[in-house]
Amino acid sequence: MSNYQLDYLDQLESEAIHIFREVAGQFERPALLFSGGKDSITLVHLALKAFRPGKFPFPLVHIDTGHNFPEALQFRDELAEKLGEKLIVRNVEDTIKAKHLTEPKGKFASRNQLQTFTLLDTIEEFQFDACIGGARRDEEKARAKERIFSVRDEFGQWDPKLQRPELWNIYNGKIHKGENVRVFPISNWTELDVWNYIRRENIELPSVYFSHEREVLEYQNQLIAISPFIQIDETDTIATRKVRYRTVGDMTCTAAVASEAYSVDDIISEIITSKTSERGETRIDDRVSEAAMEDRKRNGYF
Amino acid sequence: MDLLRFLTAGSVDDGKSTLIGRLLYDSKNILIDQLEAIERSSKAKNNGTVDLALLTDGLRAEREQGITIDVAYKYFSTPKRKFIIADAPGHIQYTRNMVTGASNADLIIILVDARNGVVEQTRRHSLIASLLNIPHVVVAINKMDLVNYSEEVYNNIVEDYAKVAQALNLNDVVYVPISALDGDNIVDVSEKIDWYKGSPLLEYLEEVEVKGNHNLVNARFPVQYVIRPQIDELHDYRGYAGKIQSGVYKKGDKVKVFPSGAEAIIKAIELNNKEVDEAYAPQSVVLHLEEDVDISRGDSIVKTDDNLKVSQDIDAIICWMDEKPLTIGSKYFLQHNSKVVPAIVKEIKYKLDVNELKKEYEISSASLNEVVEVKLKTASPLAYDAYNSLRENGGAILIDQTSLVTVAAAMLQ
Repeated sequence: MSNYQLDYLDQLESEAIHIFREVAGQFERPALLFSGGKDSITLVHLALKAFRPGKFPFPLVHIDTGHNFPEALQFRDELAEKLGEKLIVRNVEDTIKAKHLTEPKGKFASRNQLQTFTLLDTIEEFQFDACIGGARRDEEKARAKERIFSVRDEFGQWDPKLQRPELWNIYNGKIHKGENVRVFPISNWTELDVWNYIRRENIELPSVYFSHEREVLEYQNQLIAISPFIQIDETDTIATRKVRYRTVGDMTCTAAVASEAYSVDDIISEIITSKTSERGETRIDDRVSEAAMEDRKRNGYF
Repeated sequence: MDLLRFLTAGSVDDGKSTLIGRLLYDSKNILIDQLEAIERSSKAKNNGTVDLALLTDGLRAEREQGITIDVAYKYFSTPKRKFIIADAPGHIQYTRNMVTGASNADLIIILVDARNGVVEQTRRHSLIASLLNIPHVVVAINKMDLVNYSEEVYNNIVEDYAKVAQALNLNDVVYVPISALDGDNIVDVSEKIDWYKGSPLLEYLEEVEVKGNHNLVNARFPVQYVIRPQIDELHDYRGYAGKIQSGVYKKGDKVKVFPSGAEAIIKAIELNNKEVDEAYAPQSVVLHLEEDVDISRGDSIVKTDDNLKVSQDIDAIICWMDEKPLTIGSKYFLQHNSKVVPAIVKEIKYKLDVNELKKEYEISSASLNEVVEVKLKTASPLAYDAYNSLRENGGAILIDQTSLVTVAAAMLQ
């Protein structure tokens, strides 16, 4: 303390808390998008630091595709209850029925794109003017371009060519009716920063992040969990493997990695020596095209 | 481990994105899948070699046009330091995005094409570095391979740039001859440039001092949010939440609230939900005061042994960032920290000519990417510091009252 030098994790933490409080100060109806994954769990932990002993000035909101890992859902519910914070869940299944949406077809069809419809409906239902999310700029090249306060139009669209300049630590959250701002407090964190922070702060996570035995389908060097949501063909190889998850999205589009990491320390050593990126190794949805993420974001994806 | 935030700037095709690609690649911070992806795209473009610039040009339009439109943020680390890179566009039409990247930078790398020397964009970006008070400047003279690694070419550019640096009062300027394409003097010392005795770029980035970039003398605390749990057991809890911009706060310190002028004593400081005796910049904390004074979002809590400016008549140097020009008499919102006040442009004092780096008078408007000094009148008093004396509390933005977009970066004087 005496040399007044802040470690990089403290700097990132302080920046994120500052962003949270700006949201609380600037918006009337914000929400924290919470999936039960490590990034949004980290956000909840940072929100505790920003607002306790007060209540969060926003509810936790989960857009449930119906294809989530049961471990993550259980964790989501338990954490919200433990903290005494409000959790709103909206289901993609309901949107599909109400709007007669067509489910995507194919081998690893994912509801990733359909999630956007439910998210936009939820924003409209509750009139959310800001949605805080756990996206990081190191995840993907389109995300590397995104501002911390990212304005979306009334269709939820992101226009990467018309982003507001973002100067110093001053965030302009002014919007017209119907627009909303997506806010990313951990924009400047990397995957390793998140894990180092989880270790330092002793943050609890769903068990899927740690090595466990699971029945998986091996497909193009990726390991996909066997679940009722994937199509299994006769030619597919199914095996029981020791795996863990680097990211936790839908069971249909998130691949597991072979791993012997049972603790956060083990995971950190594994990431340091890993030769592939988090999304590259685990996300099937990013492989659709080179601009898959950008295109999804343009259409309102978070 | 500490953190260095830097920005790369320079004209179009000077090789900014390639330099970043090279820094990441040679320091082994690129992962296999990312490399494979850019190899695939490079092949698709059929130019044979791997185009490292594709690592940062993340937007469809950027890849189509082969230019950088918006700032890309990249992260890497070495055993010595963590780095956040802002890769800024070189096109003049995207200067506002370059200013975005520059506002938080501790250091700027200005790329100069060895074949072209100092050009208009070099001066423009140097001017922005100077206005934004970026502490360290590295002039990376790139494409040395295309001028036969000539020491003479290098020396001439250094001589030209020294004049720019002098005119702009840039203090800490370092020059490095490089080839981003081949990796000369990026991570490793170049054998082809044997006459250069300095460090390769990465070594300098690892060693440059960042400690002094935070002011620990003048204590400033803008209030962002008031925490009041309003439950029985915490009935009297009222905490002022915010980030310490500069300086150190201790329990028992006498403080003054701006703009009201009310005085109080710090009763307690909470850092991450625990009480501490002292806290310092840039920590986010909660302050509690002995006295029950009226404080709300946008106010500043400052130590009584220090003072800041409180005024409704403010001079500001601004970088104009909107297609719609700035005109005398126009009204905007001015946002300074967490405070937003209406402001009117009373006068344009002068415009800075980027090429000659001199002032032009009798100006009635400013258009996109121009730099002018204006006189503003705000609807209520603003408590601030001059940007040059305390960067953390001297920056503000102007917001268009109808489009609501950010139209200017303002350095308050």
